[in-house]
Amino acid sequence: MSQLKNFFATRWGIIAVGAFIGAFAPLLQEWGNPGNMGICVACFERDIAGAIGIHRAAVVQYMRPEIIGFVLGSLIAAYLFKEFRPRVGSAPIVRFVLGAFAMIGALVFLGCPWRALLRFAGGDGNAIFGLLGLIFGIWIGTRFLKSGYNLGRADKTYTSVGWLLPLIMLGFFILMLIFPPIQGEAKNGILFYSAKGPGSMHAPLIVSLLVGLAIGFLAQRSRFCTMGSFRDLILFRQTHLFSGLLAFAVVAFLANLMLGQFHPGFVNQPVAHTMSLWNFGGMVLAGLAFALAGGCPGRQLFMAGEGDGDAAIFVLGMIVGAGFSHNFGLASSPKGVGPYGVVAVIIGLLVCLFIGFTMRKK
Amino acid sequence: MNTTVDARGFSCPQPVLMTLDEITKVDTGEIVVLVDTDTSKENVSRAATSKGWQVKDVQEEGEGYRITISKD
Repeated sequence: MSQLKNFFATRWGIIAVGAFIGAFAPLLQEWGNPGNMGICVACFERDIAGAIGIHRAAVVQYMRPEIIGFVLGSLIAAYLFKEFRPRVGSAPIVRFVLGAFAMIGALVFLGCPWRALLRFAGGDGNAIFGLLGLIFGIWIGTRFLKSGYNLGRADKTYTSVGWLLPLIMLGFFILMLIFPPIQGEAKNGILFYSAKGPGSMHAPLIVSLLVGLAIGFLAQRSRFCTMGSFRDLILFRQTHLFSGLLAFAVVAFLANLMLGQFHPGFVNQPVAHTMSLWNFGGMVLAGLAFALAGGCPGRQLFMAGEGDGDAAIFVLGMIVGAGFSHNFGLASSPKGVGPYGVVAVIIGLLVCLFIGFTMRKK
Repeated sequence: MNTTVDARGFSCPQPVLMTLDEITKVDTGEIVVLVDTDTSKENVSRAATSKGWQVKDVQEEGEGYRITISKD
């Protein structure tokens, strides 16, 4: 056990995990997930928000088993390796707000950092602006970190606190088994589904769940984090996490080539728009919010699985943020940004700057 | 003399930032870093090593770890 434990903390460990995710994301697309969206943590949490009716955008409603698998896979790994550490209390409300605005920013671009890389690896040139925005947002975050910004200490807490988000995910999964999707139907029981659009495109339930569990398990062991990759590179000139991200992108590119999913260009890319400035701006907001909250959306799910109640709050903030995004017309669509998307990005940036400037200790 | 960095309760990247701050302050000697997650333990050890410090000892303590790093 201890030898395995060391392996995933090594450079080859993180590269192996990045490559694993990079291979399975395009495969999930091949097996039914939407274009350049084999895995997108933001989009999939948004779909979950749709499935439980927090928003009613008809084309993006599905209880994504990948997300459920991420949390439960991480929980299993944390228990197996005695790393389950229930903790909470490091500025939870701030994490909620950061989660909500991270989602709002990500949905202006149309993707989390994982999907930004997957879009790029699928030939979507618009993703370049998203990635540049992400890096710029994280760079702003590192300036705050350097000047003493932090969210304060978390405290050890009851085991049950750490179990709550995994239990919510388990509950979601049980709901899905009771009310499975019916082909062409927009609802089954209490769960909403998409009859058409990205929400109707999904790999078979069991496949999505198993890949999710495997990724959750491996990512917990290796601490895979896209935001951390750029942050550590900028802040410490450290390439450890970054090598995982690079492996993810390169393998996803090769897998897309082999699967015939590489289509270079800017127009008519799947679930994408061509308004470069807001592809950039949306991800500046998301990147800054992730940096201030200490993890990309995937990493927040994995931390929630190992007992971090504050990361769980961030996840819930993202799901609620998806509700605001679609109910208020903030989210983009292939036609371009939503009617209030630009205003929301500006407000989000101001809120993040307010948090960054006022939560510094030196 | 030993300096102690208490990074318990903080998550990434704070424990690393706190350790690196102390490393720049003392330049050489021995620093004890207290952390409470395995991630922090790995990150602090990795950061210290990259700055030319040695991880002398890692002990489980309470719910976390006591990491001793040193440089002559």
